Amino acid sequence: MKEISIHFTVNGKKVSLNVPSRKRLLDVLREDLGLTGTKEGCDVGECGACTVVMNGRAVHSCLVLAAQADGAEILTVEGLAQNGELYPLQKNFLEYGAVQCGFCIPGMLMSSYALIQENPHPGEEEIKEAIAGNLCRCTGYKQIIQAVEATVKR
Amino acid sequence: MKKSKFNIVGKPVIRQDGLEKVTGQAKFADDINYPNQLYGVMVRVPVAHAKIRSIDYSAIENHPALTTICDANDIPGAKKVGPIKQDQPIFCYQKIVTPGDVVAMLVGESEEELLRLRELVNVEYEPLPVLTDPRKALEPDAPLIHPELGSNLVIHHPLRKGDVEKGFAESDYILEQTYTTPFIEHAYIEPEAVIAIPREGNKGVHIVGSIQNPYTTRKVVAAVLGWPLAKVRIQQAELGGSFGGKDDIMNILSARAAVAALKTGRPVKIRYRREESIQESYKRHAYYMHYKVGFTREGKIKAMKIDIIADGGAYSSMTPFVTWRTVVQATGPYEIENVWTDVRGVYTNNPYAGAMRGFGSPQPIFAQESIMDEIAVQLGMTPDEIRRINGFRSGSITATGQKLEKHDVNVLTVLETAVRETDFARRWRENQQQTKKRLDLAALEEAAANPGPFILHKEDFLEPEEVLRKGIGLAVSFRGTSLGAEGVDAVAAYLSLQQDGSAYLLSGLAENGQGMRTTYSIIAAEVLGLRPEDIYYLDLDTGYVGDSGPTVASRATLMGGGATKVAAETLRQRLEKVLRRHWNLPETTNFVFADRTVYPENQPDRKIAFAELCNLAYWEGVNLATIGWYSGPKVHWDESVGQGPAYFTYVYGCQVAEVTVNLSTGEVYVERVVAVHDPGTVINLLGAQGQVYGGVTQGAGYGLWEEISVDQGFIRELNFDQYLIPTSKDIGEIVPIFVEGEERYGAWGAKSLGEPTLELTAAAIANAVRNATGRRFHHLPLNLEEILLGRKLYPTSKRGSV
Repeated sequence: MKEISIHFTVNGKKVSLNVPSRKRLLDVLREDLGLTGTKEGCDVGECGACTVVMNGRAVHSCLVLAAQADGAEILTVEGLAQNGELYPLQKNFLEYGAVQCGFCIPGMLMSSYALIQENPHPGEEEIKEAIAGNLCRCTGYKQIIQAVEATVKR
Repeated sequence: MKKSKFNIVGKPVIRQDGLEKVTGQAKFADDINYPNQLYGVMVRVPVAHAKIRSIDYSAIENHPALTTICDANDIPGAKKVGPIKQDQPIFCYQKIVTPGDVVAMLVGESEEELLRLRELVNVEYEPLPVLTDPRKALEPDAPLIHPELGSNLVIHHPLRKGDVEKGFAESDYILEQTYTTPFIEHAYIEPEAVIAIPREGNKGVHIVGSIQNPYTTRKVVAAVLGWPLAKVRIQQAELGGSFGGKDDIMNILSARAAVAALKTGRPVKIRYRREESIQESYKRHAYYMHYKVGFTREGKIKAMKIDIIADGGAYSSMTPFVTWRTVVQATGPYEIENVWTDVRGVYTNNPYAGAMRGFGSPQPIFAQESIMDEIAVQLGMTPDEIRRINGFRSGSITATGQKLEKHDVNVLTVLETAVRETDFARRWRENQQQTKKRLDLAALEEAAANPGPFILHKEDFLEPEEVLRKGIGLAVSFRGTSLGAEGVDAVAAYLSLQQDGSAYLLSGLAENGQGMRTTYSIIAAEVLGLRPEDIYYLDLDTGYVGDSGPTVASRATLMGGGATKVAAETLRQRLEKVLRRHWNLPETTNFVFADRTVYPENQPDRKIAFAELCNLAYWEGVNLATIGWYSGPKVHWDESVGQGPAYFTYVYGCQVAEVTVNLSTGEVYVERVVAVHDPGTVINLLGAQGQVYGGVTQGAGYGLWEEISVDQGFIRELNFDQYLIPTSKDIGEIVPIFVEGEERYGAWGAKSLGEPTLELTAAAIANAVRNATGRRFHHLPLNLEEILLGRKLYPTSKRGSV
């Protein structure tokens, strides 16, 4: 299989890799970089568990070819906390009980993060819209929405 | 009142495993890899019912990407498994009975190569007639799914109480209706994954996976390998949702991985993508329910006759127990003198059905609560009035002849709380008065089918303000806690205090994401005066504590909470003894354990730090580790007539749904659900609220969108593009309210909540839709086409729908 050379930034670190041309960003993150916080749930861009932030936008990493990430800035859930300090969204997810099984949570955090970067003061409907592509089967979304609301209010 | 005596119980507490989960560090099964690991990929045959003639691997057997092939010939022990009847093969070798069936597993280093190679396996088979309608399963000419059993009947649960014919004779009215509910998918967001690691020498096999019930998995793997239980160690990885769904399927995948690991001497991982997950995993049973109810003009129900067929699909799995809960609870929380119920679970070639959150209750609750509202409408009563007349009170006798006593029988309390909170009766009556005009789609369809002059008049159109209709509906339930007469009901909890006052805790039950680790930590911390964060919860591994049965039936808080409290109290007594000796206090001295300190009840100034006390005990050689054990009281059951005290206690709930129905699109929007539950004592408020939000949302999915439809045994909805579960935008406000009834079992009377929150919602929504539209819908889900056309539409292989 043809290999291509890609260079991008993940969680602030520069990465250069040779990967098969049809490899997905999701697989590069999980397999080549060991960043298993990003999850695989459906492979068709419906569940949002694989959401990462690419150049400031939330994307389904199962629908992004690694080649498309060449030159990009990628942020995954592992990059949210800085110097051992949780990002405010992470703290509020804990405080508001937004986490149950936790499998959707990395994707939820990244969608919420992208929303806040673009719109620092979203209302409830905007929050719901931002995470509408992230399926959660445990929480009914209420405490996740509350956690995001609490983050943008502060 | 109860709350005041606690330091931590009942307050919101941050979950034990939260930090790992918000930082992406939590290790789910597919996040774990071992050196030299192989993958297993399944071989299936695109047929629903067939006799296997031969399996030919010749096209692939010398391929370099293939390390080995495993099929039924590689199984040293039990070739078929199952929790009740052993009818499900690990690898099929005689017959295919549903399209999810697996005949072999290819093992190699590259999953991608194996997926390609599996297309080249040639299975010769002889197709057999396919049975998809469970209502025909018991007909004499029905194809037999498992011919060796002689019948497609998995189980028949009869229940006979009083004399129904006499009850019908004494009734002023009789109502007969039929309701159906579909198969649905658990839709845990994490698909199945498991790794089997062969150990050195005689150490056996170690299995790590997305496993709901490690002790059950161990039984199955040991049986398949023909090994002693102790030679198989099952470790639960972080579990990405289960809802009853990662039981049988994980047992079977674990067994396949173990067989391959032992055959190759290398770790073998199996991980499913969504399509394979939906294709092979079990579902919630589809039910066909016929209810006949006799009642007086005053609203008293005199008799109920119920006939239910549950589609168990291709394998029996949990069907006997699921349908048993149905037979116990099918008449709802109402005292009825004369009851005649038959619940039959049957085999078909459909995907098999097993445990799913609710476990045989969401289906009859939909039917029974719909009927109750129809009775109310017929008698000119409100839904709360009819339930007040018939609802259980303390001392009521259930359909199984059990007297409800020695706990708060809170059916009417939760009902009144919900009714008051929502101003239910007034709003329900107002909505009943709305114009019931609607689009006459039947006329439109007829006109479309018969081309010719067709004229719509002004009155055929809905005015814009008539399009959106408001509705309010309620549903109530009682639910037997834990396993009841299903089986042994006992749980272990290991608690070990360290010299510095920190502690290890581990129960034999499994964290499913519901927050059980946190609940147990709160209970131990409450007893010992610690903070929940002082307690370090261990990873569940079958090697550490005794078999505690499965984490099912909303029993974790009740049973494991009970065991944790026993363990904490045992260690507390040992510490008290040390302190009495140390301070030379009389035997009668009572102590307070709070804020990481301990002091005599009457001397609050004489404090010792908890850590110091542990250190003291450590140097005295006191055993600071223990295993708490909690077992439920014996229950018994006469299966010939369905009589007996089925469960040792019950919980009660009432949900009110407020909906808006768009009559021109068929869309139902749930504006608000008020969920009033009596779970006994609430241990963690955040966790309890989370159960309600999540359960109600799942229940709304069941009510409005979710269906696994089957075409000749083949599932149509294999991924989330077709199988629709609720998103953040699909449901409005949810208001959890807890009524904490008195209870003597469990930790301070903490009972069950997970399943009660889910089982009521679809029924409450259906009743709200009835209130909004004036029409009764008998078939879940109430999706657009059901509301608009009164029937379901399914995609076909050609263009369009049927």
